[in-house]
Amino acid sequence: MNNNNQKISLTIDGVEVQGKPGQTILEAAEAAAVYIPRLCWMKNLTAAGSCRVCSVRANGRVQSACTQPIGPGMVVENDTEELRELRRNLIDMLFVEGNHFCMFCEKSGECELQALAYRFGITAPKYPFMFPQRDLDASHPEILVDRNRCILCGRCVRASQELDGKHVFGFVGRGTTKRLAVNAPDNLAQTDAEADDQAVAACPTGSLLVKRVGYAVPVGQRKFDHSPIGSEIENSDVQD
Amino acid sequence: MSTTQERTVPSICESFGNERSRMMDIVLEVQDKLGCVDAETIDAIAAATDAPRVDVESVVSFYSFTSQKPKGKVVIRLSSDVPDIMAGALDVARGLEEELGIRFGETTPDGMFTLEWTSCIGMSDQAPAALVNGLVMPSLGPGTARRGVQILRERNNLEDLQGTLIREYGDGENSHDLVRAAVRNNIRRPGKVIFGRMESGAGLIKALAMSPAEVIRGIKTARLRGRGGAGFPTGMKWEFTRAAGGDDRTLICNADEGEPGTFKDRVILTERPDLLFEGMTIAGYAIGAKIGLLYLRAEYSYLREYLEHVLERRREQRLLGSRVCGKEGFEFDIRIQMGAGAYICGEETALISSCEGLRGDPKNRPPFPAQHGYLGTPTSVNNVETLCCVAPILEMGPGWFSSIGSAGSTGTKLLSISGDCMRRGVYEVPFGTTLREVFEMCGASEPAAVQVGGPSGQMVGPDDYAREICFDDLATGGSLMIFGPRRNLLEIASQFMEFFIEESCGYCTPCRVGNVLLKERLDKILAGLGEKSDLEYLQKLATTIKTTSRCGLGQTSANPVLSTIENFKMLYERLLKEPEEGRQRSFDIQTALSQAQDLTGRESVHFKQG
Repeated sequence: MNNNNQKISLTIDGVEVQGKPGQTILEAAEAAAVYIPRLCWMKNLTAAGSCRVCSVRANGRVQSACTQPIGPGMVVENDTEELRELRRNLIDMLFVEGNHFCMFCEKSGECELQALAYRFGITAPKYPFMFPQRDLDASHPEILVDRNRCILCGRCVRASQELDGKHVFGFVGRGTTKRLAVNAPDNLAQTDAEADDQAVAACPTGSLLVKRVGYAVPVGQRKFDHSPIGSEIENSDVQD
Repeated sequence: MSTTQERTVPSICESFGNERSRMMDIVLEVQDKLGCVDAETIDAIAAATDAPRVDVESVVSFYSFTSQKPKGKVVIRLSSDVPDIMAGALDVARGLEEELGIRFGETTPDGMFTLEWTSCIGMSDQAPAALVNGLVMPSLGPGTARRGVQILRERNNLEDLQGTLIREYGDGENSHDLVRAAVRNNIRRPGKVIFGRMESGAGLIKALAMSPAEVIRGIKTARLRGRGGAGFPTGMKWEFTRAAGGDDRTLICNADEGEPGTFKDRVILTERPDLLFEGMTIAGYAIGAKIGLLYLRAEYSYLREYLEHVLERRREQRLLGSRVCGKEGFEFDIRIQMGAGAYICGEETALISSCEGLRGDPKNRPPFPAQHGYLGTPTSVNNVETLCCVAPILEMGPGWFSSIGSAGSTGTKLLSISGDCMRRGVYEVPFGTTLREVFEMCGASEPAAVQVGGPSGQMVGPDDYAREICFDDLATGGSLMIFGPRRNLLEIASQFMEFFIEESCGYCTPCRVGNVLLKERLDKILAGLGEKSDLEYLQKLATTIKTTSRCGLGQTSANPVLSTIENFKMLYERLLKEPEEGRQRSFDIQTALSQAQDLTGRESVHFKQG
């Protein structure tokens, strides 16, 4: 018996999609060239379900598409006005929670938070800025940690463990005091972090940066400069 | 690191087998012995348990009762719960600040005292209350609080805080040698299931004569539902847990009674521990668990020694251990797992995380605890009150139980009543009791509002007083806070939001950020700076938090705003005005310019003061 040959049929926004057993809604959608916006999710990492941007309605209930397994006959709503508004609100929250100044950020054009805002037509957040006091860790010779831009997605935390076989990052504190920490008493230089760690590349924003390469790709030629985030999925072939 | 520290930390870690899954016990004991868990200590714990140091720091920084910085020898934690504030906690706070010459959040220069606010400590019926280290000081006034501090200074004896501070012990087992607490039970109305009958132990004997499947069938026939608030059918939960694969299963009793205004579990743990442990043993038998964990909130640590003593007695009586009651093949024991001050750990998957020695982040579902819970084992998490219904159901029969209460909600419910009424305390009433009947019982005349189910529940007004307390109408874990006509209900809603901000684990965006934004706008309205459009803003924001949050905390944290908008809209409307001259009412040009004026050293030419 080969489970991989089994198909699970579900609909996303009324369109029938064939998924495989064990897939989440997000994975099944992606294989069917349907983009579900996401931030904390990354291929080959355990799903966290923390940013909630991938919220969909599955059989009437709002769930995170990255953690919810598909089921036969499941009815998924993805690109509806209700969900677009919820996602806009969540993206807005992430903007006002940190200190995001896109025009000063070398990740501009490669930043997934910025790209999502553009995709959703957000030019300025509707919520008041919180202007938190957050710190910066430039101790490491090759990697910069700027917590002002951290959205607490945990991609670096998981990538370090699951892809690099290390344990460089973790979260400390709770609620509004929750922050990204490093596995050392003081700073990143005390850890075994390296510039080519997948954990560094996993950062969706400009919170983890490799030093001295920021403008190797000029503005105008960057990943999201010409086509919106998600279009690579929408333009992909439907997988069997 | 001092030599004592060098020896203390590894020996504590070793006493818990250097197990990472016992991290809670390790950090709590280190905190207790050393007064804090500082950076060097974190390194030592990480080394002993072979854990990444950031994971140890993660745990220490998550819980309110563990600290990375040293605190005073005496930590006074004053409850900031709404009933405590209503009863004068702010006056007590002022008294303490004056007496000690420090503000809340600070430590006296001599390192003797630290003042802190803390979330509800389960004493809303005898508010204002504080914890002095672990010791409960109920019914405080500014005078008694100051005198307590003076006595501690004079006697300088921290070994016997009870003997120093408490003049009279409370009723019942509160005066037991191992409790010695000033806490009063305040059982105002015993009912048929929990407080009205004597414990006999017959339920366990009957259960062990049945098959586990028959026990579960009995619980299903009685239609027992979870008393924590969600009301999930207990028998079904047990059936799922039993049906899951593997040999090891776990039963967890959720005694992390953290919903503000709830204190009924405190009274059960004090007066009916055997009934609880009997229920846990039956549950263990039914689901096929060898181990039961009692997750006891840190605020109730004063009951720990006493509960350990009851467990030890039950082991001697062969009611726990191998071959319980001589039953071949049934092995079951109970371990007390201490919490460390985190409301979120009342959420069952966060509670499991905490039991596993992790920060109290809820887990993603699926998998559900019944399939994959504590350390991967199928786990049933049940409320204290739910488990206390189990032995009576077995002893008296499911029919007896289901004849009490209403059709969809069988049995009795313990209510924790606080706020503006004559007789605060615990009431055991049949399901189906109306709010009006409750007011009569507790002596509340014409309340303006009542908060049903704590901050995560709803605030209702006179139009709803004929409604019934049951799963199909007003479902509640039992917290009822009564507000008289002179209370500012929106101010109370804001205090509830403060609570959720304080207690959010911070894992998901809407709960971590959204609650802060909700309170910001609510406070703006309370300050008289709200505009008509703010109501819609609040509603949309609240709906986003409620709809997209990952766990029950975030899914209910917007309720103080949503339910006050629904039931007390006129209170908002009274405060909201149309903006003048097209400007936001909260916008003040002088405040906006002040920083620039400070920097440039001159006033604006266009916007002169006055």
